[in-house]
Amino acid sequence: MKASSLSRLFAALALSAAALPALAEEVTVYSARNEQLIKPLFDAYTKENGVQVKFITDKEGPLMARLKAEGKNTPADMLLTVDAGNLWQASAEGLLRPIKSKVLDANVPAHLRDPDGEWVGLSVRARTLVYNTNKVKPADLSTYEDLASPKWKGRLCLRTSKKVYNQSLVAMMITEYGEGKTEDIVTGWVKNLATSPFPDDTKAMEAVAAGQCDVTIVNTYYFGRLMDKNPSLPLAIFWPNQTLKNKAAGVHVNVSGAGVTKYAKNPAGAQKLIEWLSSDKAQNLFADVNMEYPANPRVKPDPKVAAWGSFKPNLINVKEAGSLQAQAVKLMDRAGYK
Amino acid sequence: MLLALAVAVLVLVPVVVTFSSFAHVEGDILAHLTEFVLPELVANTLWLVVGVAVGVTVLGVSLAWLVAMCDFPGRRLFDWALLLPLALPAYVTAFVAIGLLDFTGPLQTWLREGWGITGLPEIRSRGGVVLVMSLALYPYVYLIAKNAFATQGAIALEAAQSLGLSRTRGFFRVALPMARPWIAAGLMLALMETLADFGTMAIFNYDTFTTAIYKAWYSLFSLPAAAQLASILILFVLVAVVFEQRSRMQMRYSAVGRNAATRRIRLSPGRAALAFLYAAIVLAVAFLIPIVQLALWTREIWATDLDARYWSFTWHSLLLSGLGALLVVAVSLLLAYAGRLRPANAMLWTQRLATLGYAFPGAVLAVGLYIPVAALDNWLIDSGRAWFGFEGTEVLKGTLLVMLAAYLVRFLAVGFGPIDSGLQRITRSVDEAARNLGLGPGGLLARVHLPMLRASLLTAATLTFVDIMKEMPITLMTRPFGWDTLAVRVFEMTSEGEWERAALPSLAIVVAGIIPIILLTWRGSRDAH
Repeated sequence: MKASSLSRLFAALALSAAALPALAEEVTVYSARNEQLIKPLFDAYTKENGVQVKFITDKEGPLMARLKAEGKNTPADMLLTVDAGNLWQASAEGLLRPIKSKVLDANVPAHLRDPDGEWVGLSVRARTLVYNTNKVKPADLSTYEDLASPKWKGRLCLRTSKKVYNQSLVAMMITEYGEGKTEDIVTGWVKNLATSPFPDDTKAMEAVAAGQCDVTIVNTYYFGRLMDKNPSLPLAIFWPNQTLKNKAAGVHVNVSGAGVTKYAKNPAGAQKLIEWLSSDKAQNLFADVNMEYPANPRVKPDPKVAAWGSFKPNLINVKEAGSLQAQAVKLMDRAGYK
Repeated sequence: MLLALAVAVLVLVPVVVTFSSFAHVEGDILAHLTEFVLPELVANTLWLVVGVAVGVTVLGVSLAWLVAMCDFPGRRLFDWALLLPLALPAYVTAFVAIGLLDFTGPLQTWLREGWGITGLPEIRSRGGVVLVMSLALYPYVYLIAKNAFATQGAIALEAAQSLGLSRTRGFFRVALPMARPWIAAGLMLALMETLADFGTMAIFNYDTFTTAIYKAWYSLFSLPAAAQLASILILFVLVAVVFEQRSRMQMRYSAVGRNAATRRIRLSPGRAALAFLYAAIVLAVAFLIPIVQLALWTREIWATDLDARYWSFTWHSLLLSGLGALLVVAVSLLLAYAGRLRPANAMLWTQRLATLGYAFPGAVLAVGLYIPVAALDNWLIDSGRAWFGFEGTEVLKGTLLVMLAAYLVRFLAVGFGPIDSGLQRITRSVDEAARNLGLGPGGLLARVHLPMLRASLLTAATLTFVDIMKEMPITLMTRPFGWDTLAVRVFEMTSEGEWERAALPSLAIVVAGIIPIILLTWRGSRDAH
């Protein structure tokens, strides 16, 4: 062991970095969005504004439990997650503080923000249909709901109901159809399954491409990643629910977003960082690195993403995904959706 | 004795935190889970536990017997190579197995498109989970049983044969019963890890008690309900542990000679070839094929992903695993030795409780530890502010001290198992003789037991080291800012489903984990001469 590493070790054992006086302004972030998606942004922010961004990654559940346990003495100024459900939960647990920001109001559409201003969406994740181009004509496809009809028997593949993206999709359906009818739809899906649910979207699409089933429901960036690697796969995107007139109209969208923690030591700094992330110059960096859609409507998506065509998104406030999530999970359990 | 109690109390902290969740019962969530989720997952969990128990025992004991007692081509290589699956996280094996054997995998595609063969058994099934878990976890049984067979020597078996038992019956009636505390120790580790596993189950989408715990927490947003389910799981494990202990206590073990190396059983050429084939197939399926797959994926991404930071990830992983293993081994020895000096009921309970941490679902344990640490920190910070004008948000949390304490709680069972069963194999007459010669408890440990326990200590250290390398939830929750490890890298990649990119850190974990395994074998073989 080298002397320098030894001394570093003891420094880490004896002190903690936060106890030392900060030299420059610093914002501390707890993030469920993974390192490779956020580090380029934080580096750019530091370069532009001279503000250091310290962050730690983990899953949402542990991060929120941690914030709660730390209470007033949390080092975190900001919480960043990859779905609205967890942001809603953080706000319900009193872990976030409301912020008023004209910048955010101007940059992010209302349905992608918390009405009380405790969090804001920064990129949009669209959950859509992907089908096998050899076996399905686009005219046969119409809505998520239609995948429950008997004509899809043995032709549907799904990712597990344990993934939050499916939970928010079902939660959104509850807002329009109520529990009873939504449960019928989900039961219909389960009846139509060609094989047991997959652990991730990529596996489900690979099964569609291999002909194990004909259609599945996935987030678009997984489609982008898979086609990047293997452009010859017989897969294409279909935008569902475009002609519906009810509340369920439009493609289901979720957000990756952020809020300022209730006991932030540098709330102004955290708010500034969030505002910067929603700005025209940062939005492409935020969304394009993972082929997501910018939350800011003035910013154009990556050309590769734009090539999939434009779509009408569902306009129910994404916070419903959180408030109805537990109900959706229970419903899927009852329907036997694993 | 006092120290042993102190350790047990430390381990009890997360247990108490977890059980204290019953102060706030969310009836509707528990009612829902009981009605729609529990019946199936209890059945699933039982099948899994029984299946993995049979799987790891058959694989582990048979391979240990062949390597320790018989002579066949490649034996020296297999001796250490069969340990290598330990370095491979089970979820990696699972992901590779499904990638290769599912409908979309190369094997089924080739059979379907080339020969029109369909209808192969589904890998994403109960049998598939049991198979993968058995392949990933058999080394626990193998390593500990191999030590048992090697130290009990061929003499006992020869004695049995001279009394007219055939070789097969000698194995089942003499060697196997004599090795039982060791096999049981390995089996308990494998089963506790199976029960606590989340990653592999998620990949198979196989619902167990642990996946329901995470569902209550992450999906139904109820940490209390999750903790209550975890409490039930822990109670079951405690019952099993006590049961196992009871059945073992009625026996006394003593070692007979330790010069197995010179008296191996000569196998006929046909049987030697079969032994070679068997060991080679297990090694290929459990380790080589997954590693080749990881290497192929790594080749695609290393140019973009491998950067200078990997030195620090690796250094952090090695340092934490090394310090953690030392700590766990030291405390395990203390705990086991205290039990030998005072074999009272209270002591036994202390030991049992202290080793429960391994059966906790990782993230539940992490929170159970973090809540009291944060509470203590809040108290320290508030007093510090009042008395000294302290400005800051962290005193204990965010230090390696908390991380190491958490690893201790988690992995004490891994260190304790081999050491305790090793200690049990040293006859009491040795202790008495040493005492008669005037050695105190300290001298007895240092001059008599430690040299005799060398193999067990090395085993305990290796198992713990490799387990900490692979550990994710505790590392994620307690690491100081900037202290990312290889396992944290794996998390960063897999959290967005980028399994192929997780190959690079996974491979680095394997390579770093191999170092102590080779050291272990090297030291072990030097000791034998």
